[in-house]
Amino acid sequence: MEKPKVKKMLFILSKSNLDSVYATFIMANGARAEGIEAEIFFTFFGLDVINKKRMNHIHIATVGNPGLHIPNILGGLPGVEHLISKMMLKQMEKLDIPPVDEFLEILSASGVKLWACKLAMEMFNLKREDLIDELDGILTVGDFYGRMDNENIHVIYI
Amino acid sequence: MEKNLAGYTVHLDDEGYLTDPGQWNEDIARALASEEGIELTPEHMKVIRWIRETALSGKPLSIRTVKKSGVIDVKEFYRLFPGGPLKLATKIAGVSKPKSCL
Repeated sequence: MEKPKVKKMLFILSKSNLDSVYATFIMANGARAEGIEAEIFFTFFGLDVINKKRMNHIHIATVGNPGLHIPNILGGLPGVEHLISKMMLKQMEKLDIPPVDEFLEILSASGVKLWACKLAMEMFNLKREDLIDELDGILTVGDFYGRMDNENIHVIYI
Repeated sequence: MEKNLAGYTVHLDDEGYLTDPGQWNEDIARALASEEGIELTPEHMKVIRWIRETALSGKPLSIRTVKKSGVIDVKEFYRLFPGGPLKLATKIAGVSKPKSCL
């Protein structure tokens, strides 16, 4: 099979719902498995994922999520979001999909660069020490564009 | 397609993977590795043997199974097999390419 022509994938993760987070992780991991460079820029609610206190409490939205096929009023009941998220994580564990903290460890060890958005950190009053040790740095938008240092780089906003 | 590797005639699929893991031996592994620009060291062989055992016993291979294996850590795995370690290691180990998305 031909080698892929894309050299690097840059993911911008601005959400912290479970489906967005895992889509990003699996795509980034898959890129590395194909010999493609990968980087993730965590901004806005995406910062939850690299926030030591919050990273293992990633939920799936049970209100306003037509993909779940449950009425909003039911999804909004206390405990439902937690329960459905727990069920989904259990199913993922069966498929040997790692939890968030372990997945981040794997991504970092695989050479995926992990960046935090400076402005979003200021908005949420986050400090470097609130975020995971594996973080490669804190970037401004300009720094982020600096990561597009070659041809055949693709950016995906999630 | 038939191919001569290290003096043995083996059958490879379109992507260069051995179709019969039984045709594999360490000389063939070295020949397959050198085509990928990798010179096999004892460190590589330890991983290759584990990959073979795991794949041939029907267990799924993913980056997480490598991490849990105790044979090698993820960082080292990428260093030994640069440019797609699971794809390369399975090819060199003479087993089929992992079908998983992980």
